[in-house]
This record gives sequence, structure tokens and C-alpha cells, in this order.
Amino acid sequence: MKSRVAYFGVFTALALIFGYIETLIPISFGIPGVKLGLANLIIVIALYRMKLSEAFLLSVVRVLLSGFLFGNYFSILYSLAGGLLSLTVMAVMKRQEGFSIAGVSIAGGVFHNVGQLIIAALVVETFSVTYYIPVLLIAGLLTGLLIGILAGGMLKRLAELSF
Amino acid sequence: MKTFLKLKKKDWLLIIIIICVAGLAFFLHEKIGGRGANCVTIKVDGTIQGVYSLAEDQEIEINGGTNLLVIRNQEANMKEADCPDQLCVHQKPVSKNHESIICLPNKVVVEVDSSENSEFDAVTN
Ligand SMILES: [Zn+2]
Repeated sequence: MKSRVAYFGVFTALALIFGYIETLIPISFGIPGVKLGLANLIIVIALYRMKLSEAFLLSVVRVLLSGFLFGNYFSILYSLAGGLLSLTVMAVMKRQEGFSIAGVSIAGGVFHNVGQLIIAALVVETFSVTYYIPVLLIAGLLTGLLIGILAGGMLKRLAELSF
Repeated sequence: MKTFLKLKKKDWLLIIIIICVAGLAFFLHEKIGGRGANCVTIKVDGTIQGVYSLAEDQEIEINGGTNLLVIRNQEANMKEADCPDQLCVHQKPVSKNHESIICLPNKVVVEVDSSENSEFDAVTN
């Protein structure tokens, strides 16, 4: 029990670090607040190493903490919508046969951006954000693929360490 | 290294679907209203505050001065804003149809548009 809590703490800290690194990367998708979703790497690993409820808790804790530390009200709203939609889709995908970690992670990356786009459309009450759908889908695909590859490698190492 | 990227059949299918949806969205957008961008619509909190021509170089105070939009060389750029994040100021100038500059804290949306007049012209021509 104690070690589970400790691992949860380590995962949260790692997710925060990735979230912080992300704020330093000056990539803009034209919609303020929309982020690449690098912290998703930790969430993908959590999805494969922890209970689903713990992965969800990690996702929410991460968003709230990084929002209070480096963000604002809007970034919390964006990240929460993106993070929860992404994790829900990934959890469903993982249960299906025939998808590798990369596939699950790609779906997560894409829906991370879709969730953010929905919030953007609601907040500013305009559909003009749909202009950015193609670029957000492709960005989500590439980020998801990268995260899937990294997560696959890290999960293999973790399994070797038998943690 | 070989084991680094092991995509299964369904993974590829997913990738192809995503690329197709992105391509379709891009195509639809170009088809429906890609051309004829000639003005910007400024909305504050969902209501239209004004429509300004891109052909005319001008400076526009938005929302009683919280944001300053500059139109020059057929491009609209957010020059100043009092929002804490300054994300709208850092955005690139917009000129293509349906491109937008959004200032979330002030709820300001600047969207490139083709005015109704030009659409009418296109039809009669
Ligand atoms: Zn702003």
C-alpha cells in the first residue's frame, strides 16, 4: 500500500515536469492554450502499469497541480477536457484487441486535441476554431506516435526492472 | 531498435482514418470558404462588434481598449492587449479565410472572413 502511494507520487512529479517542459516549448497551434500533450507520456505508462482509477486520479491531480503552478483557469479547463477525453478513449482502445501501445497513444493524442478544441469552441462561442481541425489532428497523431514509441520503450525497461 | 516501433494492422488503420479525416476537413474548408478573404469580423463575448476591411490599413481598438488590432498589408495582427497571458499578441498575423486570433481572457475573437458583398459578386459574375 505504502509503495503504491509512493509510485503515485513519483508519477505525479514526472507528469508535472513534463507539463512544465511543455510550457517552455513555443509551439502554437493558433488557438491559445492548446498544448501538445507531452505529459500524456506518463498517463500512457500509468494506464499500462496502474489501475484505471489510479490513472484517472493521476490525470486530474496532474492537471490541477500544473494548472495552479504554471497556468490559469483556462489552461486547467483545456487540459482537463483534453486529458480526460484522451484517457477515456485510450482506456476503451486498450480493451480492444489488435492495438499496440502506439495505436492507443495515437488515439489519446488525437482526442487530447479534440477535447481542447471543443472547449475552445465553447469558450469563445465560435466555430471558427474548426479551421484548426486538420492541423490539430495531425499534431495529435504525431505526438501520440512519439509518446507511444517512448512509452513502449520505457514500459519494457520497467518490466525488466520488475517494479 | 527493431522492436521500437511495432505497429499492428489496426494501428495503421487508425492512422489512415485520422489522416483521411484531417484531409477531408481541410478539403471541405477550402471548398466551402477558402477564397475571398477580405475582411475581419471582431466578436466580443460572442457578439459581433464590427466588420473591418482587410484592404484598408487601420488600427482598431477592441472592447473599449483592452485589445488593439492593426490591419496592414491585407493582414490583421493583435498589437497590444491587457490580458495576462499575452498569447493573442504573440500569435502570427492572420489573412486567410477563417483564420482567427483569439484572446481568451478578454473573450475577443478576430476572424478573417469574406464579406457578403463579395460572395454576391462572385455569384453574379
Ligand atoms: Zn490576449
